[in-house]
Amino acid sequence: MNIALYILPELFLFFSISLLLMIGIFYKGKFKPIKFLTITSLFFTLALVANQPNEVIKIFSENYIIDNLSIVMKILTLLFCILVLFSSNEYIKINNIDKVEYFVITLSSVLGMLIMISSYDLILFYLGLELQSLCLYILASFKRNNERSTEAGLKYFILSALATGLLLYGCSLIYGFTGSTNFEIISNNLNDKNFGAIFGIVFIIIGLAFKISAAPFHMWTPDVYEGSPTSVTSFFAIVPKVAALTVFIRFMYVPFINVVEHWQTIVVFLSIASMILGAVAAIGQNNIKRLMAYSSIGHMGYALAGVATGTIEGIQSSIIYLIIYLVMNLGAFACIFMMRIENNYYENINDLSGLSKNQPLLSVSFLVIFFSLAGIPPLAGFFAKFYIFMSVIKVEMYALAIIGLLTTVISAFYYLRIIKIIYFDKAKKPFDQIYDWGLRASLIISTISILLYFIYPSILIDIIASIQIY
Amino acid sequence: MNFPILSAIISIPAIGAIFILITQGSEKNIEKNSKYVAIFSSIVNFLLSLFLWFSFDKTISDFQFIENKIWINGFINFQLGIDGISILFIILTTFITPICIFSGISSIKHKIKEFLIAILVLETLMLGVFCSLDLVIFYLFFEGGLIPMFLIIGIWGGSRRVYSAFKFFLFTLLGSVLMLVAIISIYWITGSTDVIKLLNLTIPEKYQYLLWLAFFSSFAVKMPMWPVHTWLPDAHVEAPTTGSVILAAILLKMAGYGFIRFSLGLFPVASDYFTPFIFSLSVIAIIYTSLVALMQEDMKKLIAYSSVAHMGFVSIGIFSLTKQGMEGSIIQMLSHGLISAALFLCVGVLYDRMQSRAISSYSGLVNVMPKYSLVFMIFTLGALGLPGTSGFVGEFLILVGVFQKSIITAFFASFGVILGAAYMLWLYKRIIFGKILNSELKKLKDLNKTEFYILYLLAFLVLFFGFYPEPLLNTIDISIDNVIKNYQVDLNLFLSQRNN
Repeated sequence: MNIALYILPELFLFFSISLLLMIGIFYKGKFKPIKFLTITSLFFTLALVANQPNEVIKIFSENYIIDNLSIVMKILTLLFCILVLFSSNEYIKINNIDKVEYFVITLSSVLGMLIMISSYDLILFYLGLELQSLCLYILASFKRNNERSTEAGLKYFILSALATGLLLYGCSLIYGFTGSTNFEIISNNLNDKNFGAIFGIVFIIIGLAFKISAAPFHMWTPDVYEGSPTSVTSFFAIVPKVAALTVFIRFMYVPFINVVEHWQTIVVFLSIASMILGAVAAIGQNNIKRLMAYSSIGHMGYALAGVATGTIEGIQSSIIYLIIYLVMNLGAFACIFMMRIENNYYENINDLSGLSKNQPLLSVSFLVIFFSLAGIPPLAGFFAKFYIFMSVIKVEMYALAIIGLLTTVISAFYYLRIIKIIYFDKAKKPFDQIYDWGLRASLIISTISILLYFIYPSILIDIIASIQIY
Repeated sequence: MNFPILSAIISIPAIGAIFILITQGSEKNIEKNSKYVAIFSSIVNFLLSLFLWFSFDKTISDFQFIENKIWINGFINFQLGIDGISILFIILTTFITPICIFSGISSIKHKIKEFLIAILVLETLMLGVFCSLDLVIFYLFFEGGLIPMFLIIGIWGGSRRVYSAFKFFLFTLLGSVLMLVAIISIYWITGSTDVIKLLNLTIPEKYQYLLWLAFFSSFAVKMPMWPVHTWLPDAHVEAPTTGSVILAAILLKMAGYGFIRFSLGLFPVASDYFTPFIFSLSVIAIIYTSLVALMQEDMKKLIAYSSVAHMGFVSIGIFSLTKQGMEGSIIQMLSHGLISAALFLCVGVLYDRMQSRAISSYSGLVNVMPKYSLVFMIFTLGALGLPGTSGFVGEFLILVGVFQKSIITAFFASFGVILGAAYMLWLYKRIIFGKILNSELKKLKDLNKTEFYILYLLAFLVLFFGFYPEPLLNTIDISIDNVIKNYQVDLNLFLSQRNN
């Protein structure tokens, strides 16, 4: 009875997925209330998660953990899933992909993420990961009759399968050398001399780096972001990052905490490589979705810099970074959803040319969001970087901090380029100015919170301060 | 008494900008109303800052009007406060902004609403720089100013505006990120970024050199010092007149202010160690950029290079660390703020009429524009430091200060005065005197009312402070004494420790 109570959110989500699936069988084609039902079930799950007790509980023979970290991350996943669904609503409708499957698959991937976030065991983690990834492959290729979309799905599937294979190999090595799949037992049995297990750690980090799209395992990201329908791209750029970062943190700080010095070098490398790649490779991009892909690689590099410090402040700064990143990306994709003329969506950044003349308010949102992505004060993006570098400099990793800040300058170039196209160039054909309220609301929420974050920056610190790693 | 006057001064322009942003209605109405809002809020702010100056106690050296609020729990407090040095920069800012707004309204033709928002937001950020007493808040305002300035250059600038805007943004950002590293390091070394606390404690010597260099990289780009000055001529040439005015009059002064407040105050040992380095860079800047200015064919570029030379005087004055030198630097910054602003406005007057900034397209203007020629002469003489103008007071005090510290530096820096006279007078001669060669020039109209009042007001101030700099010196006197005293005490402490 007790156990069922603790996994009530997951159970509820599972049953609502099953219910929606059954409804979908009876209704061929479109079923109008599905959107409403999906969002309602996410809301209820969110409420159930938020009501979970504020203590550390391990269930299923200590293989499933409910603690502050998992609660915060689950709330973020669900909340941003709802916001993404709101903002992509119009796109889904116009592109005719608002079928029952779309929502059921989205919900299933969210369920997978919830399991990933709470997993405290290699096998449970793997199950959650696979549930999530399989759903994402299908989502990527959801526009079945579009060449790029199917290509994106296939590419994602093949590369991801390879990464998962490496991850599983790592898991089996860890199991073989430590004798357990439970995180805590692994942590107890792992020490510097256990070379086999350390070998396994490398494979696990590679697998995780792939999921979080950190360089040099980022190859899938630009193609998948570009090829997938934009609604799916915005989902990719926002929701799975939460779960991926959580398991990254959990792996590094629970089972592998005794061999910090071994994984630290690797994570620092991943972080620096992602920051540099994210900054340099995005300069030549003309497709805004591709550009956002490289930008997200860069941003994950900064988030990993916080993880690489090996301190609790580092984790907290990573989580703050993640939250601000999510808000910024929500806004950025809301802007991208607004690049529409008579039901045709545009993706080239030159289509934005002279937007400031036709749509001054939308341009201000672009301005705020992209300067914030570039990390210019006093916008929220600056604080995200500030917290990261606070924790990085505290442990005296000056090289990481300086490289990170220099890549900020390089990446500022391509964000500025978009601002330049919007504000300095000649006006083109104006975009449609009628949006549905979900899109409008998510853009306004994101812009206002980025713009006014500096007035009360303690708000995120207060949320994060309670997070400990068990 | 507890009225948060500094917060009010900082936020009034921002509130004005929000008002302009949300005004609705027909295009004509929006334009008219936003002009009124911008003029009103900037003038109110100027009056408020004058009130601040009068209620400022000039007899104590501590920071005044301190406001302190918890900002990031346990990390950083939002702390504002001013001393005799910052109050003058605040007044300079609130004085130049309405001038920019008036001149912008008459010369800017498109997107006037956005232009006014950008200027007002910029004013808020600039005032924040001079009021903040916490390193992180300072950085926030210091960097934030890049956004509106980038837009001002990029949207309303000349033909190569995109290149210049990017160059300006990336140069300054690159310089500043290192300062961010230094600020965070200071937090972890001392446990605080509160400037008042930091001024009273001493940072261990081994850290000081690197931290000083990190701050220097930011201020040197902003100042700008040779060899990282190259963004300035581009930015000035392409920026609209108002953009150039703000850039020359206020943005460059942030660096000088930063040197006095942070480099000297926080890292005395490093400042002492690096003084010869600053002197050499500044002397090169003074002589080299003066020679470059001689050969310019574009008026704005000439004035931009002369700005670099003048700021070179400022940096040697600051690092001479004598009372005369530092007071001279501050007067020089203020007077350069007035004179360079006025010179850019003068170029703007010609540019609005003829759409050309080339020196060769003008000649004999005295025949058609007598009022203009007179006021332009006052600023020319002010820029070259003729006694009786505020430029003289600054340069003279600086040279007096530097002579006490390093005769060679003073010797070479003095060439700057001569070269300054050369390029300014030559510029004046080519534009104003001689025969009118181009028939279009004959149709030129003299200053209109707005231009007349703005320029003659500036000319009056340049002459007034040239003859009677007492109100300025009086305000900064005790604060400068305090800076020098703190510096000497800290430095002696370190030297005695090292000798033991």
